[in-house]
Order: sequence, then structure tokens, then C-alpha cells
Amino acid sequence: MDYFEELNKDYRFKEGFHTCINCGTCTAVCPAAEFYCYDPRKIVSIVQTRDNEKIEALLKSETIWYCGECMSCVTRCPRKNGPGLVIMALRNLSIRLGFFTESEKGRQIYPLTKALNSNVLNLGYCVHPSTFRFEDHPESGPVFQWALNNKEKVYARMGANYDRDGEGALRRVSREDLDELKAIFDVTGGTERMKQVEECSRKKAEQMGMSMEEYADYTYTHCSRGHFNGED
Amino acid sequence: MIYQGKQKIWSEYQKEIPDDHWFYVRSCIRQSFFPASEAHFVKIVRDVLGKDLYETKHHTTCGGIAYHSDTIPQETAMTIVARQFALMKEAGYKNLVTSCITSFGNYTEILETWREYPELETRIREMLWKACRREFDKPEYVAHASDLVYKFRNDIAEKAKVRLVNHETGEPLRIVEHIGCHYSKMFPHKGVGGAEYPCVLSGMAESWGGQVIDYPERRHCCGFGFRQYMVKANRGYSVSNTHKKFESMEPYHPDAIITNCPGCPYFLDRWQYVISEQTGKTYGNDGFGIPVFTYEELAGLVLGYDPWDLGLQLHQVAAEPFLDKLGVAYDPEAKYLGINKEDLLKPALPRVLKCF
Repeated sequence: MDYFEELNKDYRFKEGFHTCINCGTCTAVCPAAEFYCYDPRKIVSIVQTRDNEKIEALLKSETIWYCGECMSCVTRCPRKNGPGLVIMALRNLSIRLGFFTESEKGRQIYPLTKALNSNVLNLGYCVHPSTFRFEDHPESGPVFQWALNNKEKVYARMGANYDRDGEGALRRVSREDLDELKAIFDVTGGTERMKQVEECSRKKAEQMGMSMEEYADYTYTHCSRGHFNGED
Repeated sequence: MIYQGKQKIWSEYQKEIPDDHWFYVRSCIRQSFFPASEAHFVKIVRDVLGKDLYETKHHTTCGGIAYHSDTIPQETAMTIVARQFALMKEAGYKNLVTSCITSFGNYTEILETWREYPELETRIREMLWKACRREFDKPEYVAHASDLVYKFRNDIAEKAKVRLVNHETGEPLRIVEHIGCHYSKMFPHKGVGGAEYPCVLSGMAESWGGQVIDYPERRHCCGFGFRQYMVKANRGYSVSNTHKKFESMEPYHPDAIITNCPGCPYFLDRWQYVISEQTGKTYGNDGFGIPVFTYEELAGLVLGYDPWDLGLQLHQVAAEPFLDKLGVAYDPEAKYLGINKEDLLKPALPRVLKCF
């Protein structure tokens, strides 16, 4: 497979990849490059070589998963490239080809897919207090622990329509509307993507000698040394 | 309107925001962490400004967080958005207003992509019909909710009960603004002031009497980073970026931060708590943090709404020092009460960050 040609089918790649002059402006403004061992200039430069072997290594690497997709690079590139868009296309291809399980940060696609897509399909929103567990989010602070312990009452006090029919914040999205979202996933490749992530992750979990629950927890919480600048 | 000379150059940074008749779509994060902000946006637009703002119970997420966490393909995100457009068409509206910056970026990216690649728009139309039997018209205008508040900032100022001024000294309060990356970094011409001179928040703060403070990392990301926060193992990225911003703004002694994006106020608030727990450092005076507000909360305070109706008790950084500077009356005992003054007990207090 010619990876460059595959990338070039992605509209984000078409928009985000022109001729890179290797100036490094993207890296200079990048919030990820400040802390992670990450250099978007190098990534675009590798893609620009069209070297299949090097692009495959990129698709299996940690580095394509460090970007936060803030798109600060898009504003500043003097050649109108979007390294963040190139990253999105690389991640998309890495998932499609099952290469994402080759890296620790790539394997995080499993818990991410599980959490976000379940919320979308079951609740109609990507994030929702009913699935936001304080144990997973100690940074949300004691005030949010209090709010989660008193969800219905606190959200009612805030003028929300929590888990009820009708309009308003945090209303219950009807079965019919959720069925439409599911149909959209089925028709557009969302469901197929979830199956691909599940299957590849299952194989990887077996290789790592873990159950799927253990794998989900491990990929969600484990951070090896070496991802951040200045680490051994 | 035809502009010439400097006016022409400056016009590229302006948005001519429609006056009325909006189709409103909610935000995953704002409704979860700042539900009272959404409630007050609706109240201000409908009751204070007298505008027509329509919401349908059938709308959903735009899928933006999943899209930027790479858990759904681009076609899925586009078709979810196409369904929102179909709901808007069915309701008879042409102006879309989003409660979320990532949604605003997502809608804009989709419309711009379809403009460049019409064959993709055709494919999404087919997919939406196949999945939902719905048809859509593209919106004539897409705004972020803050664009409306900006547009009517002077009307709000005319109805103000308090101004962003220290009621004891008469000095303007020092306000830091944080725009949020997806508002104008991807498509600068879609944001008020573009990426170079974004004034959607500074315009509000100045109109309401505050003094906007510049600092070196003013445009740096809050550190959300989608997967960099959503996965527990990656949150070092998120807190490190917030830390960088606070270290940079600290010497300028802001009284408060006003934010645009639903995620930014959560991160700028909560990471102050985490930094204080980890390092013992706080950025406000006397062990307090720097309070972080949504633009709806600040507009609500200016209009004289009760701070606890505005949801300020859901912040981890205490808002009271700022309320005291404003001279706003509040009942400390009512902070954590439910509806009809029901006792819901109180949250535990942080170890370092001073709170009530």
C-alpha cells in the first residue's frame, strides 16, 4: 500500500498538506511540543519524503498521538499548511490499518472510543455527568464530587432539565433521536471504526496477557517514562 | 457595506452578526460543568434582549470531542452536523448559534470543506437521507454564543446593575481574557477580530467597565487537548499548559479571567486547584486562586443576577473575593443550598486553595 496516496484521500490531508519549507514555526507555537518529545515539523517533513517505510514507522509511532488538536499551528504556518490536520489524517490511517496498537499512546484509542462513543450513542452527548466518575477525575475537585453526589438536585438548582423530557441542558435525549445517531454511525463508517478498534485492541490485550477490562484500565491510566521532554 | 483604506483592512477582522432569529445548539461540556451559564444565555437573549432563540429537544452533540479525539471518522462527524442543519431547516431558521467553541470550529470546518469539495457535501446529503430520511439547508450564518453577547454588549452595559469596577477604589477591575483555540485559530476570518486581534471577550470586558490585561502567553492553549485530558495517563500535558499560562499572567495581577470556550474555564479553574495541591502555590491574593468566569456568568453578574443562580458555587476557585471587589451582595449561607433552600450539605475544602 502506498501510504502517501492513502493519506491524500483524506480531505484533512488535502487541506493541511502543501509544501512544507521546514521553518519550524509550527513546533515553536505548539503546546504539545513544549512538553512532549514532539516535533510537528519533523512529522510533516517525513510525510513529505513520501518514503513508505518511514511513513509506516510514523503510523506505528507514539509521536502522532502527542498532538492536542488545538490547531495553533494552522494560524501560524507561512505556507498555509495544517500540521494538526496532517496528524488527524495520520491517526485516521493508523486506526484503519490497525497500527495504532503498536504504541502506548495509540492504544489509548480503545478507552477513548469506549467512553466517548458510548456517551454519544447512549446519551446524545460526548461528555455527561451520569458517566463522569469522580474516581477517574480527582482533578474535578471536592466541589464537583459534591455536585456528582447530588446530581439531580444540583443540576435542578442550576436551571438544567437533568434526565427529563423536553428542552434544556442535560435533558434526556429520546430513543428515536439516539436511533438516528446509531443509524448515522452505521451508514458513515462510525460503527465499522468501533469494530476495528475493538478487534485490534482484543488481539493486543491477548498479546499483553490482559482481559479487556484490564487492558481498558491499563491503557487509560498507564504512562511510561520517556514521553516528556527531559525524561530518560 | 463598502469599506476603503484602513477601514477596509479592519473590516476583514469584523463580523456582521445577524440581529435576531437564532437556532440554538447546546454544548457537551458547558451543560455538564456550567449548566447555569447556558440557562442564563437563553434568559439574557430572550428576556433581556428580547430576541428569538429557538431550541429543539431533538438536537444532540455535534460529535466534536469524539472527532478531535479521533474516535469517529470525519464522515460521521459531518453527518451528525448535517442532521442538526436538517432540524434547523425543519424549524424554519437560518442562523445557527452554538454554545461551544469546538462545535463552532467543527461547523465552520465542515462548511468550508464542503465549499472546497462539493462532492463531499453531496455524499453527506446521501448518507443523512439513508440514515435519517432528513434533508438539510446549510445555515446562512454560524455564530458562537459569545458573538451574540459581544454584539449586544452595549445594550447589556446600559442595563447593568454593576460595572467591572472596584466599588471601593473606583478603579477598573483587571480582566484577563482567554479566547479558546477553535474560535479563530483555524478560520481566523470567522471570529470577531480574527486570530490577530480577537476582541469578542475584551470588547465585553471593556464595555462593562473592566480593564483588559495583556500578558505573554495570552493566546496559549488552556491545555485541554481532547485525548490529552480525556485519558487519565495524559493529563500531565493538560495541567502543564495551564501552569504555563498562570506563571505568565501572575505578574500582571488579574482580578479575574473571562473565557469563551466551555472547556477552558473548567481547566483554568480546576488545574489551579491541582497546582495548589501539588506545589502549594496559589495565584490570587491571600491563598485564593484567580477566579475564572464564563462570559455568561460575567454578563449575569453585570446584569445583577444572584451569583448562586449563575452557578458560581460549581467553581473550585472561590468567586467571593471578586464579588467583594464588585460590591455584589450575596448570601454566603445560601451557596450550596438546593431549590427551596434544601440542605445539600457542603463540599469538602481543598487542602491548600482557600475556598468557602
